[in-house]
Amino acid sequence: MTLTERPERRPAGSRRPHGARRRVGGVPVALLLPALFGLAFLTLPLIGLLARTPWSTLPQRLAEPGVLAALRLSLLTATLATLLCLLLGVPLAWLLARVEFPGRRLVRALVTVPLVLPPVVGGVALLLVFGRRGLIGGWLDQTFGITLPFTTTGVVFAEAFVAMPFLVIAVEGALRGADRRYEEAAATLGAGRWTTFTHVTVPLVGPGLAAGAVLCWARALGEFGATITFAGNFPGRTQTMPLAVYLALETDVEAAIVLSLILLVVSVVILAGLRDRWISTP
Amino acid sequence: MTGYLLDARLAVERGGFQLDVPLRVAAGEVVALLGPNGAGKTTALRALAGLQPLTAGHLTVAGSDLDRPDRRRFVPAEHRSVGVVFQDYLLFPHLNALDNVAFGPRRHGANRWAARRIAGHWLARVGLVEHARRRPGQLSGGQAQRVALARALAVRPAMLLLDEPLAALDARTRLDTRAELHRHLAAHPGATVLVTHDPLDALVLADRLVIVEDGRVVQEGDAATVTARPRTDYVAQLVGLNLHRGRAENNRVRVADGLLLTVSDRLDGDAFVAFRPSAVGLHPGRPVGSPPNTWPATVAGVQRHGDNLRVQLDGPIRVAADVPPATAATLRLVPGQPVWAAVGVAETRAYPTG
Repeated sequence: MTLTERPERRPAGSRRPHGARRRVGGVPVALLLPALFGLAFLTLPLIGLLARTPWSTLPQRLAEPGVLAALRLSLLTATLATLLCLLLGVPLAWLLARVEFPGRRLVRALVTVPLVLPPVVGGVALLLVFGRRGLIGGWLDQTFGITLPFTTTGVVFAEAFVAMPFLVIAVEGALRGADRRYEEAAATLGAGRWTTFTHVTVPLVGPGLAAGAVLCWARALGEFGATITFAGNFPGRTQTMPLAVYLALETDVEAAIVLSLILLVVSVVILAGLRDRWISTP
Repeated sequence: MTGYLLDARLAVERGGFQLDVPLRVAAGEVVALLGPNGAGKTTALRALAGLQPLTAGHLTVAGSDLDRPDRRRFVPAEHRSVGVVFQDYLLFPHLNALDNVAFGPRRHGANRWAARRIAGHWLARVGLVEHARRRPGQLSGGQAQRVALARALAVRPAMLLLDEPLAALDARTRLDTRAELHRHLAAHPGATVLVTHDPLDALVLADRLVIVEDGRVVQEGDAATVTARPRTDYVAQLVGLNLHRGRAENNRVRVADGLLLTVSDRLDGDAFVAFRPSAVGLHPGRPVGSPPNTWPATVAGVQRHGDNLRVQLDGPIRVAADVPPATAATLRLVPGQPVWAAVGVAETRAYPTG
C-alpha cells in the first residue's frame, strides 16, 4: 500500500506537503526500502535455520549427551559470568557515575575496550595475564595451585571479560539518569551510604540494571573467540554451545543446525521473558 | 543555655552566593523562612538537614554541635535527628506508602515488624490507613504530601524541616492540606522550620516569621508585627501594604521631594510610613479644602484585585490604590491619566527604621 505512493514523491515540489501531513502512509521509499532489506537481512538467516532443521530426527539429536552437556555448560557459565559482572561491574558503574576522580574519562574508555577488541585478542590477552606463565596466573598457580586457562572457570572469565562493558555502560547510564535527591531523602531518614545504595539506588535503577544484566548474559551466552582462545574446546568442561556449533559444522552439518536452533530458542525465550517482566518502561 | 532547641548561624558561601542567616527555634515552635525565589531559603534548609555543609557559623541542636566548621565538626544527615518534607516529596517510587513511612524507623533501629507498626500509626494520624498499600504513583498530590509528612514525623525528629510543603498542590487541595498541616505542626514537640514563598502559608502555619532576602534576614517577628510594620518592599508587597521610607519630624514624614505625609504617630529621624491600598482615595481634581496627604499622580496600570480595582500610581511616590468599581467608573482610569491621590492621616502608620 505504501509502495504505490511512489509517484507522488518523485517531483521535488511535492515533497513538502506530503511528508508533513501524512505520517504513517507517507514513509519515504528511500527509507522504507533499506529498512525492509535490513529486516530481511536480519531475519532470513534465522528462517533459513528453521527451514533446514531436520525436524524428524530432532528428538534423538536433542537427547544426545554432548548436546545437553554443552547447553548446560553454556547456561551455567553465562549465568556465572553475569553474576561476576554484576558483582564487579555495578560498583564500577557506580564509581564512574558518582565519584569525581582524576582520569575518570580514561577509566571509562578502558572499560569499553573489550567492546571493540576482537574477542580472540581478548582471549590472548587473558592468556598472557591469567595463563600459567602469565602475570597473575603464574602466581595463582604457584601460591594456590589455581589454574584458570582451559577450565570451566576460564570460560567464565573469558565470557565476563567480553560481556562486562555491556553491563557497566547500561548501569552507569541508569545511575546518571536517576534522581539523586532520593538518595538525599534516604540520608535524612537515617540511611547510611551503603543502605541507601542497596535500598534506594539499586531499586531506582532496577530497569537499567536488569537490561544491562540481560545484555551481558546474552553476550556471554554467545561468546566464542575469547573462550576458545583462553579456555580451549574440551567437551563437558569448556565446550560451550557456540564452540560445539563450530566443531559440529566441520563433521555433521545437521548437528550444527540443531545446536544453533537450541541456542536461538534459549536466547529468544529468555530475552522475551525478561523483557516483559523487567525491561518494561516504568 | 539558650533556651532554644535549635541555635544556628547558617553561613554558606557557594559560587558567589552568600547565605548568612541566624536562626533560633524553641521546642514546639514553628518558624517560617519566607522570601522570594533565590533568597537562599532552600540552602538554609539543606544546611539544617546536613545535605549542605556550612562554610562558617554553627548549628547546635539540643546542646550538641551538628555543624561547626571552625571546630571541624560535621554530623552527616543520616546521624541527625531530622525529618524533611521535600518540595516534591521524593517518596520512594518502589515502595508503597507504608514502607515509605517505615523506612525511617527501620533505619533508626526498629525491626521490620515494629517499623511497619510505627508507620501504620503515622499513616493513621494523617488519615491514610486505607492507602497504605499504594505506591506513590497511585496517590493524589494531597495524599502524597501527607505520606511525606508522616514519613518525616515517623522518626520523631528534633528538627522537622519542610520545603515549600504546599507549593505542588492545586488551590483547592492546598486549602484543606494547609489546615491539616497546621494541626500536625502544632502537635510536633520538636523545632519546626518551614520554607515558603507564600505569605499565607507562613502566616497560617508559623508562630514566627523570618524573612530572608538575598541570603540575609531582613525582618523577623510574629505575624502581627511583620504584617503591621513591614521593613522592606518585598515584605510590604507580601502583606499588601504601601511602604515608604523618609525622615520624620514630629508627626510629619518627608517621603520624597516636596511630599510631606502627616501621620498619627509622633517620632523623629529615619522612619517608615505604611498604609493599605484601600486607604488611598482617588480624585479627578485637587480635593477641596486641600486636606493633608494629597498629591498629584498619574495612572501607571490597572488590574482586578478581588472585588476592587488595584490602580498603580506614579508620582512623587509609587503607590497602589484599591478603588471600588463604582468610584472607578467616575474616573478615567487609563495609563497616563492624571489624578489626585489622598490618604487619611488616621490610615497611616509610621515607625522608626532602626
